[in-house]
Amino acid sequence: MTLILTPNIPDPDGFYQELTDAQRELDEVAANDMNARLVLILANHVGDRKTLTEALALAAP
Amino acid sequence: MFSTYDAPVYPYVQSAEQAQGQPARHKVVVIGAGPVGLTAALDLAARGVSVVVLDDNNTVSVGSRAVCYAKRPLEIWDRLGVADRMIAKGVEWKLGKVFFGDRQVYQFDLLPEGGHKIPAFINLQQYYLEDYMVEAAAENPAIDIRWKHKLISLRQEADYAVLTVETPDGVFVTEADWVIACDGANSDTRRMVGADFTGQFFQDRFLIADIVMKADFPTERWFWFDPRFHRNQSALLHKQSDNVWRLDFQLGWDADPEVEKREENIIPRVKAMLPGVEFELEWASVYQFACRRIDQFRHNRVIFAGDAAHQVSPFGARGANTGVQDIDNLSWKLAAVLAGDADETLIDSYHEERAFAADDNLLNSTRSTDFITPKNAASKRFRNAVLDLAEKASFARPLVNSGRLSTPTPYLASSLNTPDAGIWHGRMIPGTVCSDAPVMAGGQPGWFLQQIGQGFTLLDFGTQAQPVSVGGVTAQVLRVGQEIDDSERLLAKRYDAQPGTVYLIRPDQHVAARWRSFNPAEAKIALARALAKG
Repeated sequence: MTLILTPNIPDPDGFYQELTDAQRELDEVAANDMNARLVLILANHVGDRKTLTEALALAAP
Repeated sequence: MFSTYDAPVYPYVQSAEQAQGQPARHKVVVIGAGPVGLTAALDLAARGVSVVVLDDNNTVSVGSRAVCYAKRPLEIWDRLGVADRMIAKGVEWKLGKVFFGDRQVYQFDLLPEGGHKIPAFINLQQYYLEDYMVEAAAENPAIDIRWKHKLISLRQEADYAVLTVETPDGVFVTEADWVIACDGANSDTRRMVGADFTGQFFQDRFLIADIVMKADFPTERWFWFDPRFHRNQSALLHKQSDNVWRLDFQLGWDADPEVEKREENIIPRVKAMLPGVEFELEWASVYQFACRRIDQFRHNRVIFAGDAAHQVSPFGARGANTGVQDIDNLSWKLAAVLAGDADETLIDSYHEERAFAADDNLLNSTRSTDFITPKNAASKRFRNAVLDLAEKASFARPLVNSGRLSTPTPYLASSLNTPDAGIWHGRMIPGTVCSDAPVMAGGQPGWFLQQIGQGFTLLDFGTQAQPVSVGGVTAQVLRVGQEIDDSERLLAKRYDAQPGTVYLIRPDQHVAARWRSFNPAEAKIALARALAKG
């Protein structure tokens, strides 16, 4: 497992607020569109294919 | 409607066997004189096999149809002596633009690697390509193209096929040791042998239209996702020869092909796409497509190639381009079997290698189709996110998939390969098509690929290689520094060569084996393996 599953974000409460604030004024469609862009941006930042596959598996319903 | 091209009408000639009522036994009969069937005729004839080609029509393709020809098929046609005309007549574009809605999100400049004879691709109407190949075939006494000859039934015996053929003079029977079915996606031959042809059908239709521009227009490829002039669909514009432009409109599944094909319905679509541009409509067609392949490429003595064996979406120009590579793979094998130099198991390696390539093409074309026509709301959301981000950041641009141009699939797992020993760098792994490079040959500047492809070759970067033979097949030595000079040092670079390095190259210009030093016993084993005698 290369995916980091232990706490890795400094200031967790601050990050969570920033994330939800960013979509507070958005309707469902706009929020979903933003999430799609966010996923792509973060996925590119991660880059490592194995890590991405592990993240997809973890997120799957 | 065609203002730029007069299609030739080829004469029907009654064959001697029909006139005399005496079935002849031919070595090879090719069904279909399209790009794939004509390539089969030229390639087999080049390898010393006489060929009869049956075609139910008497002219070239109606409409431009396949328009984009990639590097590898052009290299094959160059080996067969017909590529120069195609390249001279064809169009090369370098600048591509991608639009999303009303905006251009980015543009790209194709920067192909230098040091290759053949360009990355050309755009050319299919009828020119067929026209040139028919002319070349007519000059070759080993090729007998029979127009207005329709195959109506086929029966297989243990080691030959019996074909019933209809011509304007009635029905006659002929026989063939081998039949190559190149009769397209709706292949009758495939139905006659009862082969399965399964896969995924796409619930979509496309309008393609050729227009002649009356004023200058840039030689660029434009692709639109969800443009204002054609909401929720895609559209494509690219240039062909004679100032003819191909337009492609995605229509959706509900479109009525008969209605969409009418000139009065096409003209407004073109005007909305190209406001203020004067044009004439030359040809139009509505099509739908499937991604599917035949169960077995060989059914006893009937071998399938091109769209008859595999059908892909048009994105990436993988239809004709892969069909021609089927023939590249098959011809030398069939010639070797007919000459008694190999067993029929070599023909089975045609299925092994080309079904693998077909599956790779199907995968690529299905991925393009899913990007262009997302199948649910979530896919569409990601597709649109990619396009939005592509405008702002280059990382998203490789994710934009409006078709990946056809490149050859390496036969990395083929049973004809000899696995590498030792450490190698670069692309020339066994099973890969040989890279070209500029060389000096006989004191003249030339190209590496022109020096190989007649038979098996031992490419020697040292001084030790000697010809090796298996049965009647001999791999001849081509020595760097003797027959050819690596004038720009690109050959050694592309082949990761050191002094003493030797490559065994197949007649279809694929790497079969390679070593850091020559050993005649190993070379002989590798040659036998490449002939399916391993």
